[in-house]
Amino acid sequence: MNRRGSDVATGTAPGPDLAGVIHTAAGDSVAQPSHGEGMGPDREVVWLSGAAARLGGQTIWSDVSLTVRPGQFVAILGPNGVGKSTLLKAILGLVPITAGQARVLGAKPKVRNAAIGYLPQRRAFDPGVRIRGVDIIRLGWDGDRWGVPLPTLPWAHRSRAARQRVREVIALVGAQSYAHRPVGQCSGGEQQRLLIAQALVRRPELLLLDEPLDSLDVTSQASVSALIQSVCRCEGVAVMLVAHDINPILPYLDQVIFLAGHGAVMGPPEQIITAETLTMLYGTPIDVLRDHAGRLVVVGHQDLPFQQLPRPRHEP
Amino acid sequence: MTAGLNWNLVDVIRQLLSFHFMVNALRAGTIVAVVAGAIGYLMVLRRQSFAGHTLAVIGFPGAAGATWLGLDAAFGYFGFCVAGALIISALPGVDRRNAGLGGFSEESAAIGTVQAFALACGFLFVGLYHGFLNGLNNLLFGTIIGITDQQVLVLLIAGTGCLVALVALGRPLLFSTIDPDVARARGVPTRLVSTAFLVLLGIAAGGTSQITGSLLVFALLVAPAAAATRLTAQPAVGLALSIALAVLITWMGETFAFFSPYPIGFWVTTLGFAIFLLATAYRGITDRAGRHPTIPSPPQRALSESTTR
Ligand SMILES: Nc1ncnc2c1ncn2[C@@H]1O[C@H](COP(=O)(O)OP(=O)(O)OP(=O)(O)O)[C@@H](O)[C@H]1O
Ligand SMILES: [Mg+2]
Repeated sequence: MNRRGSDVATGTAPGPDLAGVIHTAAGDSVAQPSHGEGMGPDREVVWLSGAAARLGGQTIWSDVSLTVRPGQFVAILGPNGVGKSTLLKAILGLVPITAGQARVLGAKPKVRNAAIGYLPQRRAFDPGVRIRGVDIIRLGWDGDRWGVPLPTLPWAHRSRAARQRVREVIALVGAQSYAHRPVGQCSGGEQQRLLIAQALVRRPELLLLDEPLDSLDVTSQASVSALIQSVCRCEGVAVMLVAHDINPILPYLDQVIFLAGHGAVMGPPEQIITAETLTMLYGTPIDVLRDHAGRLVVVGHQDLPFQQLPRPRHEP
Repeated sequence: MTAGLNWNLVDVIRQLLSFHFMVNALRAGTIVAVVAGAIGYLMVLRRQSFAGHTLAVIGFPGAAGATWLGLDAAFGYFGFCVAGALIISALPGVDRRNAGLGGFSEESAAIGTVQAFALACGFLFVGLYHGFLNGLNNLLFGTIIGITDQQVLVLLIAGTGCLVALVALGRPLLFSTIDPDVARARGVPTRLVSTAFLVLLGIAAGGTSQITGSLLVFALLVAPAAAATRLTAQPAVGLALSIALAVLITWMGETFAFFSPYPIGFWVTTLGFAIFLLATAYRGITDRAGRHPTIPSPPQRALSESTTR
């Protein structure tokens, strides 16, 4: 089900004073996750309330409250090292949530991971990896089942269905020409598409994509963004996507989560993607322009020395 | 030996099978080759060859120690190899979180230290057990003589258990080898799978040591598997090929060892090396021939068509 229309109309309204919703580790205020009428935390795809995560003895972020609904396309933005990947891992239950509450697909994190498609932040397969792309996608389908697939009669329909689905997602991401090559010999962008196909193959209810547009060229960025959006729309899949360059996904966004300092701010893009907000969040001048078609373009000022970039870390 | 190697296969086989020790050697060799081919294939995919070699070397003090204590060498091999597997899997870094895609970056330094210590212990046990030196060569480089029915039985039981466990681990093992992060997110207990695999590798290495000797285990564990990964990228085919190549070089190696004065370890290693070279050459040639200009257009179009609405 696609509820996006109503969400944008009635959805989160964090108010113009975004600074008030960004929290320090000391956290004196709690952003209220927005609830529609009759929507308990268990009806949301992801619901965090005052959540905090610690890694290696350090609080990565705390007092993060957010709500993601079915069919929403949500971008997670923020400077390097601020904990975007950690947020996805916390939703997967791979990083424990040390404070606050979290519900994912109506259960505690990790319980419903089988219904989540995950694309970790990628390093590439090295050239020596002698496994085909189709095998990797197939592992996304049933790689967590013990044993080996049996081609004998009682199971034949099952493995036929699997092969059929694998073919479908290969066509969906347009990987037909290289899906049968050893993955180590595919280019970075080709590997990325294969891995997106792997995340999609189980028809997840939630997609967690960590920098999926990384290592894609400009046209591929546009087409992969469009693909993710169409999956999100057509199959009602909620998408949480970490990105550094938001321009390719801007037209599709329902909500933006911005991680900065040690908390998060969430809101519709027209409220977050403004020059003032971004400049404040990154601590460096950023312009938001409109091109001739009325689309937003985010421009950072690259002539600033590195030292002026904000240091997201503070001592716990 | 009065018999001669000739091109009459029936005659050769008849000569081989007329000796009971040779029948046992072939039985044991076949069991060991099937297990080593299968486990070795996963080991090569997981890039744990060094751990495999270390486990094989650990078998040497095990066997030497068992002999010194008057026990069956097989106990020593399997006992030490399995214990070694547990030690290695407890070392930090063997199943490192966020390990690279498609394989593990292992803590070679720590494993290497364990290996050196194992070798040293082996020589200590050999030293403690005087009059043992005749057997040293066999422990290190293998023999086809003197494999008893009971040894074959032990190998068969260990090997069957190993293969059953490998099949049971199946997909999660491959998944956590190729893509540990996603496998973990999907609920695969990657740490447990990794430990279980190392134990299987220990059993395979311990069994193989009894045929090829501790130092030449690689001939069966690595060479056929490495050749198979170069010949195909399909996991099922690669696994079958690896097993077939391992069995082939074992049978040929044992035959040559029977008809020549040189030990089996030498023959199996040489054949393994030859197969590996051939496979590498094949890979090089097909890669060069296959480097056609790739056709980049269809994906783009398919994608934009499927997404415009
Ligand atoms: N296992 C770990 N132990 C301790 N600290 C960690 C661990 N993993 C990550 N961190 C720290 O947590 C912080 C957040 O990491 P994370 O990977 O979530 O950042 P990110 O926002 O995804 O950054 P990037 O944009 O570079 O991907 C970083 O400062 C990192 O150093
Ligand atoms: Mg990250």
